[in-house]
Amino acid sequence: MTLRLTQGSLRHANGVDALRHIDVQIAAGEQVAIIGPSGAGKSSLLHLLATALKPSSGDIEVLGERAWHVSARQRQRLRARIGLVHQAPPIPPRQRVITAVLAGKLGQWSLGKSLLNLLHPLDVAGARAALARLDLGDKLFAHCQQLSGGQLQRVGIARVLYQAPEILLADEPVSAMDPVLAGHTLAILSRHARERNVTLVASLHAVDLALAHFPRIIGLRDGQILFDCPSAEVSRDKLDALYANEQLQSPAPAVAPLIVQIPRC
Amino acid sequence: MLKADSRDPAAWPRLLLTLLALALLWPGIELSELNLGVLLQADSQNEMGRFVSAFWPPAHDQAFLQLLFKATLQTLAIATAGMALALLLAVPASLIASRALSLSAASRGGVPSLPGRLLRWPIRGLLIFLRSVPEIVWALLFVRAVGLGPAAGVLAIAITYSGMLGKVYAEIFESTDQRPAHALLQAGSGRLAAFAYGTLPNVAAELLSYTVYRWECAIRASVVMGFVGAGGLGQQIDLSIRMFAGGEVASMLLTFLLLVLCADQLSRLLRWRLT
Amino acid sequence: MRRLINLLLTAAIALSVVASFAYLELDLAELGSANSLKQMGSYVQRFLSPDLSAGYLKAIVHGSLETLAMSALGTLLAALFGIVLALPAAGRFGWPLQSAARLLLNGLRAIPELVWAALMVLAAGLGPNAGTLALALHTTGVLGRLFAEALENTPPQPAEAIRLQGGNPIVAFCYGTLPNLAPQLLAYCLYRWENNIRMASVLGFVGAGGLGQMLYVSLSLFQEAQASTVILAMLLLVFLVDWLSAWSRQRWVNA
Repeated sequence: MTLRLTQGSLRHANGVDALRHIDVQIAAGEQVAIIGPSGAGKSSLLHLLATALKPSSGDIEVLGERAWHVSARQRQRLRARIGLVHQAPPIPPRQRVITAVLAGKLGQWSLGKSLLNLLHPLDVAGARAALARLDLGDKLFAHCQQLSGGQLQRVGIARVLYQAPEILLADEPVSAMDPVLAGHTLAILSRHARERNVTLVASLHAVDLALAHFPRIIGLRDGQILFDCPSAEVSRDKLDALYANEQLQSPAPAVAPLIVQIPRC
Repeated sequence: MLKADSRDPAAWPRLLLTLLALALLWPGIELSELNLGVLLQADSQNEMGRFVSAFWPPAHDQAFLQLLFKATLQTLAIATAGMALALLLAVPASLIASRALSLSAASRGGVPSLPGRLLRWPIRGLLIFLRSVPEIVWALLFVRAVGLGPAAGVLAIAITYSGMLGKVYAEIFESTDQRPAHALLQAGSGRLAAFAYGTLPNVAAELLSYTVYRWECAIRASVVMGFVGAGGLGQQIDLSIRMFAGGEVASMLLTFLLLVLCADQLSRLLRWRLT
Repeated sequence: MRRLINLLLTAAIALSVVASFAYLELDLAELGSANSLKQMGSYVQRFLSPDLSAGYLKAIVHGSLETLAMSALGTLLAALFGIVLALPAAGRFGWPLQSAARLLLNGLRAIPELVWAALMVLAAGLGPNAGTLALALHTTGVLGRLFAEALENTPPQPAEAIRLQGGNPIVAFCYGTLPNLAPQLLAYCLYRWENNIRMASVLGFVGAGGLGQMLYVSLSLFQEAQASTVILAMLLLVFLVDWLSAWSRQRWVNA
């Protein structure tokens, strides 16, 4: 098992339970989508799997290692093999796109090489290749603050592609893109994962995109898994149960006016 | 794919900039005779060590403390009197120099006519000149002109700070919304009235805040000017350093730090209360 | 109630102004009298014909370059030491180091440059070295505090993301925090350089070299013509640095 979360729970500092007793097992090379309403805990689950957050209870095992039972140094080395695409790309606005992309390999480069890269980019061709797969090859030397939201998200994805991790986790990777571009980008991610046997786990808002590009769907609601099945088995009922929201009910149908017959005497 | 595109466009500028910096660094070090090692040399460490060891205990005999108290009061008085005189000069200068009172600007969208701009230039130039010469140079000049003592300090602060205050006031007037004043000017009111009713209410808080902050700076400046004979705490510190009286220097430095702290708190209180 | 307090405060301020004049026993009437003004007038007149001979101009140029070098190197050293001290002062290495760093920075900046210069002249002898060290020490306190505040206000997400990828803390700082911080740091350095060029001119009064020393000497020898040339050179230097600083700010900070 590449990713195994056993009875994982996450409690935020303010006492709110983000995840409750989740069991997830993902094999190498699988492609999984996580869907669910806002606030269900999709980001928290991905951050748990990326070893960004420590579970309040339960155990997480990544690439055969129990992530929180090894030394910090080993965990850092483990993290270099996991790539997380953040929902809001954590890139300083004044940085150039090429530096932002090349930062993907910082977990693998030595200190000297990393610092030298700041002065002069060391692998222009590699960065260009990563960007070209996302149709951003011409923006190599632009500043990140000059890009639109969707372009910035693609730079974040390019950084993780350049990192070439064994596990690729994506937190709402296409939220700022129009539907056509979103579908195109997800297809690229999917193809990349298939070609290199990379495990891909993505959380998505758009259910149709999830169903179209991912063979396995996990439905998350209120910090618990509602269903975990192949995408062909995701039915209308399951989706309704997932996204049901009593407070957003449509107005009750108009009641037929009561006609009172007042007898004329 | 264009071959030229693989070259980092920032490579050349960065290289040139680095070479320029190195080219300037070498003569710079030569000219300033920079030698950090002098701080670590045995004999200068001995010298400093002896001086610093004389700091303890700080002098605290009765006569000296009285002298210290008088000197502190003198410093405060120099700063306050200097600021008062500075305001006397700065307020009219800022009103004349600021475009906020320009009659021609009212009907031209905030940009004064050419005569309007030309006539304001001399005053602006004067204000810039007054604040560009460091206040201690003024202090030195006034000490030569009117003799040692606090009078030189007061005049030096008055001159420099009138330039600073005048320029900043003029800028504050111009940075606020000009339309109320313009409306009044176009309705026929006099310039000062239009200013008082249209601009002043908006900027009063910022003006007060800046003035109180400058008063606090004036206190530090008075101490520094004392080194050239303009009275106050600074003059005493200079005398004590020359006499190698480490204990006295220590007491005075502590008093100075305390003074600056109190002035900082007072200025915060005033700014909070009055704005 | 609020009006009453404000009125009392205003009255107190007015009273303190009057008291200041009284305490100093400043005789403004005496200062403004015809005799005194005539004296000041003739003093000023001696400044109106500056000495522009070739030999003296060479000395002025050398003094100006010395002053420029003092201010620039002092600010540069202060920036380096400031960033080193700002990291603990912003709490990156724990609470005890933070208190110690803040104490050190506050101490360095509370003592004015002129006092530092007097002390450095004692330690390093007369000359521009004392001035450079004095400026460096004082400005380290100022810049260190400003840098620490800027460091506390930068968003931590970029650096955290790099740590999450397996990068070590140094690399996370350089790639994640520094790009956000660098324009702000540069702006502070330029602003202090503008201030330091004015101070560098003046530190010479206590023997720290540069134009200040020339001014002090010429005024003490009552050579007003030479003194006015030095003042003109000081003004030119201040304008030059202000212009360079504004250009640099435009080019690298506002972009």
